Parts: sequence; structure tokens; C-alpha cells
Amino acid sequence: MSIFSIFPDRASTTAGQVDLLYTFLMVVGIVMTVIIFSVVAFFAFKYRRKDPTYRPKAIHGSLPLEITWSVIPFFVMLVMFAWGTKLYFQNYTPPRKDTLDIYVVGKQWMWKVQYPDGQREINELHVPTGRAVKLTLASEDVLHSFYIPAFRLKHDVVPGSYETYWFEATTPGRYHIFCAEYCGTNHSEMKGWVTVMSPNDYQAWLQNGVPDESMADQGHKLFDRYACVTCHVTDQPEHAPPLTNVFGHPVQLEDGRTVIADEAFLRESILNPSAKVVKGYQPNIMPVFEGQINEEGLLQLIVYIKSLSDSTAAPETHRDSPAGAIPPAKPIHKQ
Amino acid sequence: MSTTLPHPLHVGERTNYLNADYGWKSWLFTTDHKRIALLYLFSVTAFFFLGGLFAVGMRINLLTPEGIFSHDTYNKLFTMHGIIMVFFFLVPSIPATLGNFLIPIMIGARDLAFPRINLLSWYIYIVGGIVALFAIVQGGVDTGWTFYAPFSTTYSNTHVILAAVAIFISGFSSILTGLNFIVTVHKMRCPGMTWSRLPLFVWGHYATSLIQVLGTPVIAITLFLLGMERLFHAGIFDPTLGGDPVLFQHLFWFYSHPAVYIMILPGMAVISEIVPCFSRKAIFGYEFVAFSSLGIAVLGFVVWGHHLFVAGQSMYASMVFSFMSMVVAVPSAIKVFNWTATMYKGSVSFETPMLYAFGFIGLFTIGGLTGLFLATMAFDVHVTDTYFVIAHFHYVMVGGMVMAFMGGIHFWFPKITGRLYPENWGRIGAAIVFIGFNLTFFPQFILGYLGMPRRYASYAPEFQMLHVMSSAGASILGVGYLIPIIYLTWAWRKGPISPQNPWNAKGLEWEQSPTPPPTFNFDVPPVCTEPAYNYSGEGAEVGLG
Amino acid sequence: MADIETHPAAHAQGLKHHFDDSAQQLESSTLGMWVFLLTEIMFFGGMFGGYTVYRNMYPGAFASTSQFMNLAIGSINTGVLICSSFTMVLAVRAAQLGKKKSTITFLVLTLILGSVFLTLKYVEYYEKWKDHHIPGPGFRYAEPQYFHEAQILFFLYFAMTGLHALHMIVGAGLLTTLIVMASRNRFSAEWYTPVEMIGLYWHFVDIVWIFLFPLLYLIGHTSSWGG
Repeated sequence: MSIFSIFPDRASTTAGQVDLLYTFLMVVGIVMTVIIFSVVAFFAFKYRRKDPTYRPKAIHGSLPLEITWSVIPFFVMLVMFAWGTKLYFQNYTPPRKDTLDIYVVGKQWMWKVQYPDGQREINELHVPTGRAVKLTLASEDVLHSFYIPAFRLKHDVVPGSYETYWFEATTPGRYHIFCAEYCGTNHSEMKGWVTVMSPNDYQAWLQNGVPDESMADQGHKLFDRYACVTCHVTDQPEHAPPLTNVFGHPVQLEDGRTVIADEAFLRESILNPSAKVVKGYQPNIMPVFEGQINEEGLLQLIVYIKSLSDSTAAPETHRDSPAGAIPPAKPIHKQ
Repeated sequence: MSTTLPHPLHVGERTNYLNADYGWKSWLFTTDHKRIALLYLFSVTAFFFLGGLFAVGMRINLLTPEGIFSHDTYNKLFTMHGIIMVFFFLVPSIPATLGNFLIPIMIGARDLAFPRINLLSWYIYIVGGIVALFAIVQGGVDTGWTFYAPFSTTYSNTHVILAAVAIFISGFSSILTGLNFIVTVHKMRCPGMTWSRLPLFVWGHYATSLIQVLGTPVIAITLFLLGMERLFHAGIFDPTLGGDPVLFQHLFWFYSHPAVYIMILPGMAVISEIVPCFSRKAIFGYEFVAFSSLGIAVLGFVVWGHHLFVAGQSMYASMVFSFMSMVVAVPSAIKVFNWTATMYKGSVSFETPMLYAFGFIGLFTIGGLTGLFLATMAFDVHVTDTYFVIAHFHYVMVGGMVMAFMGGIHFWFPKITGRLYPENWGRIGAAIVFIGFNLTFFPQFILGYLGMPRRYASYAPEFQMLHVMSSAGASILGVGYLIPIIYLTWAWRKGPISPQNPWNAKGLEWEQSPTPPPTFNFDVPPVCTEPAYNYSGEGAEVGLG
Repeated sequence: MADIETHPAAHAQGLKHHFDDSAQQLESSTLGMWVFLLTEIMFFGGMFGGYTVYRNMYPGAFASTSQFMNLAIGSINTGVLICSSFTMVLAVRAAQLGKKKSTITFLVLTLILGSVFLTLKYVEYYEKWKDHHIPGPGFRYAEPQYFHEAQILFFLYFAMTGLHALHMIVGAGLLTTLIVMASRNRFSAEWYTPVEMIGLYWHFVDIVWIFLFPLLYLIGHTSSWGG
């Protein structure tokens, strides 16, 4: 980064797009500022007081002028709005398929990263270029925010829900990760590095640190350890809903609602099973695991349950709705 | 035409509100809105310098990437800086000082509608301030002035409840001031003072009062719930107990966004008085400026979600908030254009108040435009919670509001004190503030886009150069604020006696009320016979009628 | 006081010197009280907002907790408050007519009814305390799957009704002040503004309860779980 550059490194497909939007905004801003500054300066100079007794004639107003200088800026703002909205939706709507899913847990004051293959890192994130990466963000404690300036992206990490965003990295290198939501004493130390690598280098890196177990394996172990397997048995659906082919599919609840079994639903069902009881089952049978499994464990369980489903992508379209209508996984407590 | 007044006597010879009575009791038990305004003036100035002191600490710490204070200390510094500046300086500043002093006189009344409530509101403010000082002395708070949960409810070890109580109390001061202004403007106007002849200063404060009255109770209840949660841990904002941290953000910003309009509308109101006077010309577009104040007040209530674009708010809600945030910029822009047009074919002079007004127009433009940038969602995703936001709000609050405050203090200084301040020092102060301000805060726009997050006690080394520039600017800015304190204090005691109307300004306060005013503002009951800003002397009826 | 009294000796009762006449003063006081009540609406509104959010989020828990609302006490209290608003109106009317004894009588009746309300509220709260439904370390709930949600809902219940009760207590203090002032002949047909203003306040506190009662006590009771 050159000392005089006002742009940070560009390392994602959207970085250039955000920079372009910024450039547009800056041009509009500079033009408006220059116009106002120069008109004010011009009037101040041209109409400076020369005769202390001179009383200028009143000009009370001009409706056409008021309309003009309200409407024109408003249209410019509409352009800003439309452009910003479109880019925002694009940046916050992960592709539905073929994303490399990485799981990030923020806690005071570190980032714990888990890969589906089982690698774990602290304050480091490795990603390949040319591939859509979807981050699922969870918090162990307070609000944090996962910010990668080089990608021009951030999202708050909200305790009690999963937030996601996605990116496609473009330029190998090492870039800052910052926590961008004040979280206490060492908020400014809660930083890390994202290393972007070419696909070959990425493969090599993956091979190098081959862990014994993938996240799904670890989840499977937790599944056994917490005795989930005693009730959630595929061929005995009378005790508990079977978990094969659950993720990504709609689920009917006892109270009549239908929800999509996404990450947030699974998380809630583990921590507070009676909040949403599946139709045909009873509340208060499954133990409450609130406070017993940490966020990383929950993610491992969820990845395991995902692996039991044919739909490992983002939740598929509902039968009755038009194609592409279902939004990505919703956090639990969305306003 | 305006009433001719007798030749003004020496400020010490004639009875005015300052010398009508002496002794601390005559000040602490006064119900005279002008004395109460001065009580507020001294208190808010004291809090301004206290908040400024915290800022000095912050900027010193930010000279180096590692900083010199502990992280906890730094976190407390920025929190207390925010709390003091927002709640104990910016919100009361112009309304409780200049508003209190001038509104009755400008509309031809003898006092506000509820003088005792006016005094009560000052005492409530002082009590809130004492509780805040107590919180500071006990060790401070480290949650940020935004008090986000669950950090504030469950994790912070600092005096959150004390701070929340302090702000809760001071909120009532704000509500009572707003209530007083609304009733006063509705009911206490003198004969001939129709709504369409009201000075824009009054319109601006009326709109501000609407926000104060409707918005402040919501922060009160939010802080109440926060305090209860911290005490009883029922779970309302705690996700491990079924609560929703984002709900806190919605409740908090529902007030705190309109609050920024409480802070800026009075500043705009001051500028609307200064520009016509120092252009010797009626304001251009009176109705538009008047209604834009109301428009900002109303629209300001429906944009709060732009603080939650990355917080987990639904994308569709974010879209609505982004759009409305653009819409609310329109009335602000209208004001800037109208002020500019007022100077067209006017007779412009460059005394200190007008210099501050120029500064306001320029810096508010930049601040407001960058606000539009932040309302642009995809852009906000990158720069929210970075120094870009800090630069934006300091441009509007300090480059805007505080400059307007300084301009207003200088403009009405003769009216308030009966003396003149030294003009050259005034201009020097204005210039130093302008230079120091830009040097402090412009680099922060760049820092923000480069990725420097806010509320960071330490930072990555590549940001150091811009931080050093900013801190250097801050020292200049500090000098720029100290200079007026010195010469204004001197001028109050020793400045030359002011004539009745040193600026030849229009308005009941200059034309029909003596300088300085007597206790009941007028020797002769005032009558309004012409539209506002009738500098040309034409006296034609315009506007709403 | 610092102010110099320069107005003529004979002026209307209760007229403050910064007002031109009694009509202006009365209008100002009235507008002021209405604006204040507006702020109170926003004050309670924040909590009504929070309540709405959580009720929508946890319909099952809400249905469950509503069985613990004491409908009998709530209904009686509603009747009591409505009657107290009626006696308050009568007090204002009596003051308007300059009838000192009736004014005092009706104010005392209003105060008594208000005290009945507060007493019954105390009984209700005590009942909740016995049931361990007060949020905090001592909170217990019969249906464990709703433990956390119930605690939040009970918290909102206490916050809303408690804040309302606090306003009632303040109202009781104001009524007492009025009774004392009336018995000292401070009011007359020309000037009884405080009675009218506090009447407005009292009616507002009543109206807040009229909203609280159905939202907290009635709605849950008529809906069945799962229906």
C-alpha cells in the first residue's frame, strides 16, 4: 500500500466494485463541495460590503429554484441508493451452491477459524482465489465484527445467532482482519490475517496440515458423546426426528408453522429444543444443551448433520415457491 | 417600523437583568430565562472542556501505534468523551443557552411559558452532570457511549448503571426544555408575531423541541431496561437467556439518531440568523428553511436503521432505512442552498459571526455529504465502525454545531453582556479553529477507508502518519477553542460598551429590547409590524401570513 | 427572587407576571401538560415495543405465562381506575364551579380508589413473589422449556406495570397536594388550573392501564396453546 494511496489493497471481486462506488461518491461529493465553496466564495467576494449604508433589495425566494435544487440532488441520491443497494444485496447474498464454507467463532479477544476438513486456526484464515467462500460467523460472548478491509466486507458477529457473508478472493497476499465492533479491553488486539493463495498453493497448504478429523467427524464424535444418537436414530423415528436429509429442507412444527432447517434452526434446536418442536413429537423430552456445548462444538455438530443431508448447499427452494425465492439462512433473532 | 429606544445608558448605569439583583441566591433561585441561560452557558462550557480533555488524552494515545495508556484506560476515555460531549454538551448547548436567552425576546414575550420549570431543568441537568462526574471519578465506563448489549449488560466491569442513571436524569432536562419552548412558541407570541414572521432561529428550536419531546423518553426507557437487565439479568438483551442484543440497538438508535438532529437543528437556526444579518438581506426562501426544519425533525425519526446495516438487520429493512436517510438529506441541502442564495446581491461583511457561519456552511456540507455516503449501503459495509464514521460525525457536530455555537455566542455577545468582544481576536480564533479542525478530522476519512477501525487503543503501524497528522490538528483546534474563552471572559468585564444594535440587525431582540435586556426583556410592550429579516425596509407581506 | 414585581396590584388570581392574561396562562398550562403526556406515551411506548417484539418471538411462552396473570385482580383494578377517573372528572367539575367541599370530597375519593388499585397491585406482586416469578436469581418456572422466555416476559410485565404503579404513586402524591391546596382555599372558579392539569395526568395514567390490561391479562387467556 503506497503511502499516498487512499485505497487499501484490493483482494476480492467486490473490492474493486466498492472502490468504484466510492469513487463515484467522492466525485459527487467533491463536485458538490466545490460548487458550494466556490459559489459562497464568489458571492462573498463579489457582494462584499463597500458602502455601509447600502441596503440591498430583498429577494424572497424562487419556487423554480427550490424545486430544481431539491430534485436534481435527489436524483443523484437515487443513483447512489440504487447502486449501493444492488451491491449490498450482492455482497450479502452468498451463492447457493459450491461455496467453500468456513466457520468463524469470535470470542474475547480472538478469532477461532474452523475448516470443514477439520483444520483449526486462531486469528488466521486461509482461502484460495477464484472460489466463493462463505463465512458463518458466531460469537461466544459479546458482539464482534469480522472485518477484512482488503475485501471491503464486514459483518457483525452477534451472540445467539449466525451471520454469514461471502467473498471471492482475487489476489494472493496477506491482509488484515480486524474486529470492528467494540468488545472490551482488547478489542484493538482482536485482529488476524487472511492469507489468500492460488488454488494450487491452497491445496498444498491443506495437505500440509491434514488433521485427523474433519469437522463432520468431530461433530459425529460430539453426537455420540452427548448421546444424541440414542434418540435420533434413523429407523426409529418415534423418539426423535431422524436427522438424515434434514438440513436444507422444510420442517413442519407442532404449532403449525413451517421452517427451513438451516444452521440457525439446528443451533436453536440443540440449545433450546422446545422452542420449535417438530410435528408429531413432544416438548421437554430432549435435554437442553444451553451452556453445555460451545459455539465451535455447535458448528461441528451442524456440519455433521449437514453431511447427512443430500442438500449441503444453502437451503433449497421450497416446492411451492418460485425458484430462487428462499433467502439464505436466517439468524435466529432477526428484526 | 421598529420602536425608537432612548439613548442607551452605560451598562452599569441602567438596570438590566445582570445587575437587577446580586448575590448567589439571585442566580441560583432565578426564574429569569436569561440568567438561566447563563447558568447553562457556564455548565455546558465546563463539560465541553472536560469532554475535550478526554479527547486530548485519546489523541495523545493515538500518536503511536501501541499507545501510552492501558487499553482499559483508553476505552474509558473514548466512552466518557462520547457521553459527556453528546449528552452534557451537544444536546443542551445551543437550545439551553442561546435558545433560552433569545426565544422569549425574539417573539416578544417576557419570559418562557414555565420559568420555574426552566430553572428545574437546569438543576436536573446539574444533578445528571454530578452523577456523571461521580461515575468518572469512581473509575469511568468502558462500553462506548452506545452501551451495546450484551457487553454493557453482562460483561463490563465498570460503572454502567451510574452512567446510565446520569444520562437518564439529564434526559428529563432536555424534555422539559423542549416542552417549555413548544408551549412558549405556541402561546406567548406578542401582537403581530405570526408564525410566518417568526425568526428562523425560533422555527429551528421549535423543530428541535419536537424531537426532544418525542425522542428522549425512548432513550430513557432504553437505559432503564439496560439498568434493570444489569441488575436482574432477566435476559431481555442477553442471548444466552433468550434475549436479543439487536433489540437494544434498535431501541438505542430510535432516540440517538433523532438526537443528532437535536444537535444540528439549533446550529442551523443560528446560521439562519447570522447570514441575513451579515448580508444585510432577507433570507432567501424563508418558508423553505422553516419547513425544512420541521421536515428534518419528522424524517429524522425514520432513519435509525442505518446504524444497523451490518448488525444483522434484514436487508429489506436496511433498504428502507437507506432510502429514507437519503431523503432526510434533502431538507438539509435546501438550507445550505438558501443561505448561499441569501448572499447573492447582498452586502456581505466578514465579522467573526459570519466567519463562523462560512465555516459552518463549508464543513456541514462535507459532513452532510459523507453522511450520504454512509447511507449508501454497500459503501457503509466497508466503512462503518471505522474512522470514516468518526470523521463524518465530527464534521457535522464540531465543524457544524460547535462553529454555529461559537458564531452565535459572538453574534449575541453584545446583547447578552452589553459589551463588545475584540473583533480581531475573534477572527483569529475562527481561523485557527477552522484550520485545526480540518487538520484533525480530514485525515480520518482517509484512515477509515483504509480500514482503521474505531475505538482502537492500538493500531496497525501503517496508520501512524495519518494519526499523527490528526493529533497535530487537535492541538491546534484546542488552542483555537481556548483563545475565545480568554478574550470573551476579558471582554465581559473590560470590553467596550456595546451600542444598542452593533450589527444593525433586524429582530425584536435587537430592535425593541435594550442591550442588555431588563429582567422582563422590554421596557415597552413589543409589537411586530414587519416580516422577519426586513433588511431592505420594504415591509411587504410574504409567506404564510 | 431576583425579579422585580412591576405589574399593577390588582390582577387575577394565580396569574403569573410573565403572562398577559389568565386565558393565555391556562392555555399554556394545558398545552404544556398535553406535551408532557406525549412524552409519557413515548416513554411507555418503548416498553410496549419491546413487549411486542418478544411476544411475537415467543408465542408459546407467552401463552404459557398468561395463565399466571391474575385476571380477577386485573379486572377489579381496571374497574377501580375507571371509577377513579370518573371521580377525578367530578372533582374538576366541582372546582370549576367553585365548590370547595365537593372538590375535596371527589379528590379524596379519587385518592382512595387509587390506593385501592395500588393495594391490589401489591397483593398481585406478592403473589408473584410467592410463585417465584420475580426475575432474578430466585426465578422459577413450572414449564422448563419456557424458563428463559418466561423470565423475559415476566421482566417486561414487572417493568410495565411497575412503571405504571410508580406513576400512580406520583399521582397519589399530586392528589394529596391538591387536597391540601383545596382545603386552604387556593382554588376558585377563576383559577383551578392545577386540578385540571393533574386531572389530565390522572386520566393518562388510567389510559396506560387500559392498554396494559388487555395486552397483559386478556389476550393470552382467550387463546389456547397451539390454536
